[in-house]
Amino acid sequence: MEFDLQDAGVRELNQALHADTAANAQFSVLHPGGKHNVATGAIHESTVDIQGHVGYYCAGMNQNATINVQGNAGPGLAENMMSGRVEVQGNASQYCGATAHGGLLIVHGDAAARCGISMKGVDIVIGGSIGHMSAFMAQSGRLVICGDAGDSLGDSIYEAQIFLRGSAASLGTDCVEKEMTEQHQKELAALLQQAGLDYDAASFRRYGSARQLYNFNIDNVSAY
Amino acid sequence: MTKKIDISWLRESATFTKPVIREIQRAANEGIYDIRGAGAKRSIPTFDDLLFLGASMSRYPLEGYRETCETEVTLGTRFAKKPITISTPITIAGMSFGALSAPAKEALGRGASEVGTSTTTGDGGMTPEERGHSSKLVYQYLPSRYGMNPDDLRKADAIEVVVGQGAKPGGGGMLLGQKISDRVAEMRNLPKGIDQRSACRHPDWTGPDDLEIKVQELREITDWQIPIYIKVGATRTFFDVQLAVKAGADVVVVDGMQGGTAATQDVFIEHVGIPTLPATRMAVDALKDMDMHRKVQLIVSGGIRTGADVAKALAMGADAVSIGTAALIAMGDNADEYEEEYNALGTSAGYYDDWQNGQDPTGISTQSEELAKRLDSSLAGRRVANYLRCLTLETQTLARAAGKSNVRNLEPEDLVALTVEASAMARIPLAGTDWIPGQGGRY
Repeated sequence: MEFDLQDAGVRELNQALHADTAANAQFSVLHPGGKHNVATGAIHESTVDIQGHVGYYCAGMNQNATINVQGNAGPGLAENMMSGRVEVQGNASQYCGATAHGGLLIVHGDAAARCGISMKGVDIVIGGSIGHMSAFMAQSGRLVICGDAGDSLGDSIYEAQIFLRGSAASLGTDCVEKEMTEQHQKELAALLQQAGLDYDAASFRRYGSARQLYNFNIDNVSAY
Repeated sequence: MTKKIDISWLRESATFTKPVIREIQRAANEGIYDIRGAGAKRSIPTFDDLLFLGASMSRYPLEGYRETCETEVTLGTRFAKKPITISTPITIAGMSFGALSAPAKEALGRGASEVGTSTTTGDGGMTPEERGHSSKLVYQYLPSRYGMNPDDLRKADAIEVVVGQGAKPGGGGMLLGQKISDRVAEMRNLPKGIDQRSACRHPDWTGPDDLEIKVQELREITDWQIPIYIKVGATRTFFDVQLAVKAGADVVVVDGMQGGTAATQDVFIEHVGIPTLPATRMAVDALKDMDMHRKVQLIVSGGIRTGADVAKALAMGADAVSIGTAALIAMGDNADEYEEEYNALGTSAGYYDDWQNGQDPTGISTQSEELAKRLDSSLAGRRVANYLRCLTLETQTLARAAGKSNVRNLEPEDLVALTVEASAMARIPLAGTDWIPGQGGRY
């Protein structure tokens, strides 16, 4: 099915993606023109190829669908994604993968601030670098950064894992470097392969929670 | 031998009262601010400071029990394909599974459904018990997004985007580790037993322009079927309501500072936000200023206890109210039968507000399976339904006395204020005068 967003509305596209007829269907979206909420709430195992740039919340709450953006994505890309695969060939703006529960989110370029904020189980792979406060309050899942990270990486992180190939401007409160075991390298290598990125897993370092702030303690008051 | 002191001769400081002294001593011992449940306890102007002018010579009353006084309200008529119609203008406010036990959530659903009104989820997501026993369920969309998923979103009868709440506008939340059972932990994707923080702002939008796009996203995901509410804590209410309308809300919920919480710092509860009384008037002003009054429905909450509160809120221009704390009390919270257990916790029936600690002897604000078993959800649901019916009857009684055949026909002209403060805040004339202090002032 082909949707030219110069003529059709985003509503028509999303309605089609929610319909039972979307199962195993292929969608081609032309001239997205930075429109918001493109391919949000997809439910079925469909394939959506978006040929251009998208605005806010593209692929929001995605379930099962494979969504490919041949351009850049605005804020909130794949927010609260549950499953499936979302891949952006260009860059992504703020909060990409926010609160996402599952699936695989790949950004081949850079991602702006707060990437993976409050992530809840998703795997996010960023080919380039990410902005400040990324993985803030990240609960679970894996965030892979092939470039560098901005300030306060992993601030107040819970059980999510961060794999960083470059360097972080600074680590956030309660985020520490952790041992990178062979098992971690093996899992990371598999994830990089899934994302189609050819990096040596041994060149990454692993970060996670020091778990010092899990229960309020007055002796940690300077960290709050 | 200890000399017996007659304390009636002692002079208590108005500045350092006994509760103040006790709080200073507690803070010095524990080194942490006081966290508690419930809403503001300080004395503030409320709906009690307004009175109805019953019909007499110039107005014609309706016969009680004989002449109809409609209570049905439809919410979400602006954009949603399926607005919610409730049979009484009283809804149950959002309270989370986590803060409340599963039987308590089920009881709220049962009670609300029995009288044909809606109940609301809270931080932590939607439980099957709650959905199963709620004929009309509003799904809260909160900054933490704990338990948030599109399947539940589509099962909801409405979505409430929570920007803030009256007990803590501008603040987040904290579910303390002792209330994190296996089930709560699983629903929130976090380990058992750790303090679970709820962020004070949403992770993927930062202002009203962003929120407008977020609301459209939620509509797209739910195919524009169900209403979207926006809830704000009462502060700069005139502007907040206008921005919520601009962002595309079908319904705006304004929660005054008396609104309850499961766990918030006492200093926050008592010192941030404004009372429900002025907030109601400001919200109505905002809607009228945009010519959106009755087009976007207004729900007010925070300290609603009686049919008089409901009727006065409606007379000031609200379409419906929400109750939270009062519904917990109706279920059995602070009941005298648990006095001994309250005493063991260092408190007394009528004063218990440690809803954060998970030791609630009534089985309401706890995740202890043993304590939760004490709450019979069927009986508690019946008590909630009884209470909602009483509130509705009281509201109708007052509306009939003012000559109204529909509770929403109550109007500001039916009210007078008892105090200068209430008059100024509600912009209702002081009783016996046509004077409203400060009229003409802006925000």
